[in-house]
Amino acid sequence: MRQSTNDERQPRSPLVPYFGLGLLFGVVLTKAEVISWFRIQEMFRFQSFHMFGIIGSAILVAAIGLQVIKRRGLCAIDGTPITVPPKSIGSGTRYWLGGIIFGLGWGLVGACPGPLFALLGSGVWIFAVVLASALAGTWTYGALRPRLPH
Amino acid sequence: MQHISNVWPWYVAGPLIGLFVPALLLTGNKLLGISSNLRHVCSAGLPGRVDFFRYDWRRTGGWNLAFASGILVGGAVAGHFLGAGSHISPAAEQSLRALGIRDFTGLVPRELFHWGALATWQGVVMIVGGGFFVGFGTAYAGGCTSGHAISGLADLQLPSLIAVIGFFAGGLIATWLLIPRLLGG
Repeated sequence: MRQSTNDERQPRSPLVPYFGLGLLFGVVLTKAEVISWFRIQEMFRFQSFHMFGIIGSAILVAAIGLQVIKRRGLCAIDGTPITVPPKSIGSGTRYWLGGIIFGLGWGLVGACPGPLFALLGSGVWIFAVVLASALAGTWTYGALRPRLPH
Repeated sequence: MQHISNVWPWYVAGPLIGLFVPALLLTGNKLLGISSNLRHVCSAGLPGRVDFFRYDWRRTGGWNLAFASGILVGGAVAGHFLGAGSHISPAAEQSLRALGIRDFTGLVPRELFHWGALATWQGVVMIVGGGFFVGFGTAYAGGCTSGHAISGLADLQLPSLIAVIGFFAGGLIATWLLIPRLLGG
């Protein structure tokens, strides 16, 4: 890894902690069956509370964590103050239209981006094609971006 | 060991997933959001002349690519050592059986997700089309289930609420209208 120097605007952070956190995240996603196509179908068919419970309690715990950080003005380990930049709403089109398009894909392949990586890791190799297609989709969005309503 | 090898219940997994938001902020002021990695990979591999991909992906996305690599290895660890499968409700299994799905042993239905399926138009729609929609939609919406549904809603951001309603609308259309037609049910 390249050594960061003092004159850089923002020092490069070491990557190992993020890899470690990602590994734990992947284990949780897999063990809770969040990466299962069947579980996503079960959710969209309202035939179990499992996925709703996971997403709902994750939001609740994340919200409590955020509030604690904000109210206490906590800093990150590297000493920088923690900030969560607000998203600009624009016309709102990108959120509902982009959201629906992603939702169609989520329903069909039964995986959102995190689970895509976990499924590949767990040996469902056909998801290499899903990931490649997702990259093509992101690239196409990038190319069309100036012409799309946001 | 029994607890580890069984499916982790929602009240264990959900709070654990939620903890990654403060954990990433405390580790380095990073906001949980995985779909950005698709953009970073495009930027690293094939930026072309597209403005959207012309930025310092190492500086912006290095941490997130490391996180995504971790997810991949985490999936491998869980899949090979702790056991991975699907334990859906009897009602869900019955509904999917009615669509012709018979194999419930894996993480995805093997009848639908296999290499031979790419020779059928239904398989192409599902695997290639579905993947394309995931990549296009998350880039357009500026986030996915982690970035909008978890990080965004936890921070009470209105754009994220709109996006999440869109996610579910799209998922319901796929589940109730597209998949039954693709499977000929």
